[in-house]
Parts: sequence; structure tokens; C-alpha cells
Amino acid sequence: MKHTITVLVENEFGVLTRVAGLFSARGYNIESLSVAPTLDETVSRMTLVTRGDENIIEQIKKQLNKLIPVIKTEDISHMVHLEREMLLVKTQASSEVDALIEAFRAKLVDADSDEYRIIELTGTADKLDDFLGKIGEFGIIEITRTGPVGMRRGAKGFTIE
Amino acid sequence: MKLTGAEIFVECLRREGVETIFGYPGGAVLPIYDAIFQQNHFKHILVRHEQAALHAANGYARASGKCGVSLVTSGPGATNAITGLADSNADSIPNVCFTGQVPSALIGSDAFQEADIIGITRSATKHNFLVKKVEDLAMIIRQAFHIATTGRPGSVVVDIPKDIGFAICDFEWPESVNMRSYQPKTEGHPGQIKKAIKAMLTAKRPMLYSGGGIMNAKGSAALLLELSQQLNMPVTNTLMGLGGIPFDDRHFVGMLGMHGTYEANMAVSHCDLLISVGARFDDRVTGRLDAFAPDAKIIHIDVDPTSVSKNVHADLPIVGDVAIVLQQLLDELTHQNKSSDTEALKLWWQQIDEWRAKDCLGFDQKEDEAIKPQAVIRKVHEITKGDAIVTTDVGQHQMWTAQHYGFKQPHHFLTSGGLGTMGYGLPAAIGAQMAKPDEQVVVFTGDASIQMCIQELATIFQYQQPIVVVLLNNAYMGMVRQWQEMFHESRFSHSYFDSLPDFVKLAEAYGGVGIRIDTVAELDAGLEKAFAVKDRFVFVDIAVAREENVFPMVPAGAALNEMVLS
Repeated sequence: MKHTITVLVENEFGVLTRVAGLFSARGYNIESLSVAPTLDETVSRMTLVTRGDENIIEQIKKQLNKLIPVIKTEDISHMVHLEREMLLVKTQASSEVDALIEAFRAKLVDADSDEYRIIELTGTADKLDDFLGKIGEFGIIEITRTGPVGMRRGAKGFTIE
Repeated sequence: MKLTGAEIFVECLRREGVETIFGYPGGAVLPIYDAIFQQNHFKHILVRHEQAALHAANGYARASGKCGVSLVTSGPGATNAITGLADSNADSIPNVCFTGQVPSALIGSDAFQEADIIGITRSATKHNFLVKKVEDLAMIIRQAFHIATTGRPGSVVVDIPKDIGFAICDFEWPESVNMRSYQPKTEGHPGQIKKAIKAMLTAKRPMLYSGGGIMNAKGSAALLLELSQQLNMPVTNTLMGLGGIPFDDRHFVGMLGMHGTYEANMAVSHCDLLISVGARFDDRVTGRLDAFAPDAKIIHIDVDPTSVSKNVHADLPIVGDVAIVLQQLLDELTHQNKSSDTEALKLWWQQIDEWRAKDCLGFDQKEDEAIKPQAVIRKVHEITKGDAIVTTDVGQHQMWTAQHYGFKQPHHFLTSGGLGTMGYGLPAAIGAQMAKPDEQVVVFTGDASIQMCIQELATIFQYQQPIVVVLLNNAYMGMVRQWQEMFHESRFSHSYFDSLPDFVKLAEAYGGVGIRIDTVAELDAGLEKAFAVKDRFVFVDIAVAREENVFPMVPAGAALNEMVLS
């Protein structure tokens, strides 16, 4: 089963390699990993998407916590939460593409050319997949996705305090 | 106070209470070696290969209860240290290794003797640090010792570029270390403690299973003994846990696992409550997982949360320092003031005594036959009264030592358990002897293992250590040969040596006493003579029965109660 884990880490040299290395050394799956500093720039926040049964996910959380620079982890999959991912896609220009941009409320970020389009779309991974599926037949040149970031709903925050 | 990085290194080690370090100089650590030359706060022991520096520091840590410390140069010096780092980490031994690094400006340029040691050691250590500014050095050293010695101990690398040794800054000693991302839990949850005592009091066939955690948690061995005595529970030890309970205590049923005793493995297979204390359900302990302790509820006490429910599901996990948790359990036991099910325990002990009566470690030494390795170990126990600090390498001799030496106290059996490092024993003995200069140190080794770090005889000679090396020589890689005999139809692929050196001459060449023992008739006198030498090391080369196998044995993939007895 797919799990989304958020992690707060010390924003220091090598921490990303430690997390990635843990997954490869122990044979865990890693579907996506996104990371950036928080408002407190000594702390970075990661959103990690992985797969495994409950035992494996439990081990993953413990192993993450065992890494010295990891401050806190939380598996948000079991909580009411939201996830968003961003996609940039470059396609050939056509009226069908423009119609899809409109339908998905995507953003046209580079429209100066009659030749191609660069489109930005933010949403759940499913929405992005759906969009890519539809736009695929009109000539995709390249795509890049960020991998999801996630957050619990409700007033309570996931912070170092 | 303005100090150079190298002086800060010396000052920090002094303040950490370091008395002995093990190392080998080289280009990138010359500034540090220069500072070491000009101080007398700690001793530096010069080994002959960096791997040995780490094993010696490990032996020192285990015999003394302090943190091991080593210093090696960049590139090959550091890569040679990796086996020792992985070894200490696998066995949870506190070991801080300082590695030299090429000057900061050259990092990443494939400079002479450059290696990405932070990258290479990431998975062989508990944590590692690259020192980027001399101002960070003192705090990094403080954190390195803190991380190595607390929680589940392990190895830590501090990589110091050469220019940091020369750089100058104001030295300030960080009085305390507090890391928001590293706060190991020490006390067990009170609710879990209550439940655990209730389970122990109602169990009909309880069993304690203790490991290396007992060695790391100061004072825990006495508490373990007390708990077993108060509740009349049998105790089995892992390889790392031997000495955790005196071998001759009635409650001790021997080691469990692949080469464990019949009574220990049968008891684990039949118990209804298994209390694991500082052990991690390693595959060499459990055998086939789905058949391990099938009837038991499992209580798992460990300082490392990742060890709990990793291999075997814990019904009642207690995360905490085992000494603290054992004390909590004893206090709760007093508080509840109830007794255990004595009727059931009587039956349980009757059953255990029946298993014991099989005498699974018995062997038959005939006068006119080759020397049994087991007999050698028992004789050494007798001569040393079971009080020696014993180190081993890895293989058959290691298992025979575990089965036959009989350990009275913790910190006296130093062996490579997790990583299984051949070559560990001799350098570990150097460290142990440094920690305990007045105790007898014995190395049990094999003809294959000893050659992996044999250059350390020179170190032993240099520091005039009266270590006794007992070589059980069967001219085979015994354990490999045993597996080939049992599981590969006796195809002895590359497991024997037909070009062994003359170990007596070799010992003499290194400045020690060499003794060769070939027959049963020579055994007692030869060993007595070896242990009578007090002014230098002795190397006893003993020709043992070449094809003797280690039994009992649980074949890989079998259940504990499917062990082979002979």
C-alpha cells in the first residue's frame, strides 16, 4: 500500500543522501521524495512516498527516526490530509491542447510560440496522471513532476515544537 | 584561548576522559600527530594496519566500558578502517574514529590519498561528520562521543581535512551536548512495565533471553541475575550476551541459536513467555522465523526501537535502557508483591533438566587420538579459573569457545558477533590488555582467521603485552569445511591450506614465545607452560582433530528444535 510520510530534518550537508541511502540499503521502495527548507532555515521538510505493508512502513518510520539528523516523522496516509504535486509539460501547440488547459484549469506559462506550449498544473497525482493521459495524444515533448508534498488537515501543525 | 585544530583535538580528547587511542599516521593527519607528540594526556598505541586500530579500540571499549578511539589517515588509511567501523556498528560498540582528509580546497579533486569517507562510511557507522570549519571541531567531537556512547552505541567517524589541523580559532569547550534530533529514550513506559510483570507472574514456562545490551548497560548483569532468581526463570544468552549471567548459575541454560545448547533451544521452542533483554532476534539466533518460540508471548526490551518487531513481532515492546528497565521491573515486582506460579515452574524446570541431561556439549577425548578443540578450551578455562578476558576470531573455534569456556562475568568475552569478522581477535586482545593491564588476556583463534591480522604480533611485542594466543590448528577454514561437508557433499572448495607457516618460528620472529602441541599427552603441560610466561606474548599452535564439527547445529533455514546433535 502507498504511504506518504512527512519528515522534518536538520537542514545540513548530506542529509538527503542519508535518507536516500537508507532506502537503498534496506531495499525499501521510494516513489518520490521532495525536500526544501522550512521558514526556520535550520530545518528542512521532506515528503516521501513509499510502498509496503504495515510492518515495512513501521520499520521505515523507525529507521528514519534512527538517522541522527531526523527530527520527526509522521505517516500522514492514515490521517485526513491533502497532497499536491506540480507538473510542467511541454507539448506541441494545438487548439485541443488549449482546450484541455482550460478544462483542467492549468496554467499556460510559455505561450509565446505557435509551435509549443509549456503548461503548469498543480493537483493530486491522480489529476496530473489524468491530464497527462488526455494531453498525450496531442504530442508531449517533455514532462517533469515534483512528486507530491503533503500536509495534515486541521489546525494542528507538524513542526519541531 | 587560541588553539590550532590539532591542539583542539588533543584538548577535546583530554576533556572526554580519553586515556588510550589506537592509530596509524599518514600525510593528512600529520598536524594531529604533531600535537599528539607534544602532549601526555593520553597514550597512542601504534598498530600495524588500520583495521587493527578499529578492532583494538573495540576490544578496549568492551573490556573497559568506555568509548574506543582511533586515528587514521585519509584515503587508504580510512578505507582500511571500514571493516572495523562496520564491525563495531553491528555489535553496538561505542567507537569513535578520526580520519584525516585531504585539505578542504582539494576535496573533490581526486587528490592524492583522497577518498569520500563520509560517503563510504555512511552505512557502516551510526553517524559521521565532516569538519568544515575549525570553529565546529570541538562541538563535533563532543557530539561524536555523545552519539557513539548513548542510545544503541555504535561507531562514529569524524573526518578532518588537513588544513583544519593547522587552522587557529578561539577554543571553547561545549559544556553540554543537546541535539534536538537525537534524544534516545532511557526509561521504559510504566504501563508496559506493569503488564510485563503481570505476564511474568502468570507465565507457566517463562524464559529470559539476553544479549549484548547487557554489556552496554552498566550494572544490568546483576539485575538480570536478580530477576531470573526472584522469578526462578531460566536464562539463555546470545553470543554477544555470554557472561551476562554466570555460566555456572543454575538458571543459565547456555547459549541459544545455531550452535546453542539443546536445552536452550528446546526451552525457547516450548516456552510460553520469552523476555528478550538487549537482544535483536538475529537470524543466527532464531533459525526459521515462523517456528521460533511458537507458543510464546514475546516481551522485547531494547534501547533501539528499530530492533523491536523487526524480525519477530513483539507482543509487549519496552523501549529503554535495559539497566533502567530491569530496575523498573524489579521495583514493580516488589510493589506487586505476588509470587509466580511455583507449581508450573517446578514442572518447567523438570522438563529443562531432562533436556539438560542430554549433555549436548559432551565429547569424548581418547588419549591416543587427535586433540579435541573443546578439550583445549576447557583446559584453558581451568588454568585461568574462568577469569580471563577472552577474544576470538570467527568460525568453529569461536563457537567452541562460546560453548565451552564458561564465562563468569560480563565484558570478558569479546567476539565479532554481527559482522563475523575474521581477524578481530588478535587486535581486540591488544585493546583489552590496554584497558585491563592486570588481567590475563587470551585469544582463541584458527589457522585461517589468525592470518588476517597477524601483523599485530608486532604491536603486542612493542607494548610488551603478555597475551596468550591459542591457535586451534586444523589446517582448514573449519566452519567453511563443516558447511561444505554438510551441505555441499564434501566438496571442499578452497577451504584448506597446504602452505601454513611455521607458527612457532613466526611467533619467535615477532619476539614472542612459540609452543607447538601435537598430542593429548603434551596438552596440559604445554598450556601450563604458556600461561606461566608473564613477560611477553605466547603463541600456542595446537594441532587439533582436523574434521571435528561444531554441534549442536541448527542448519540454516531449520527451526531451533530441528537441531542436529552430532
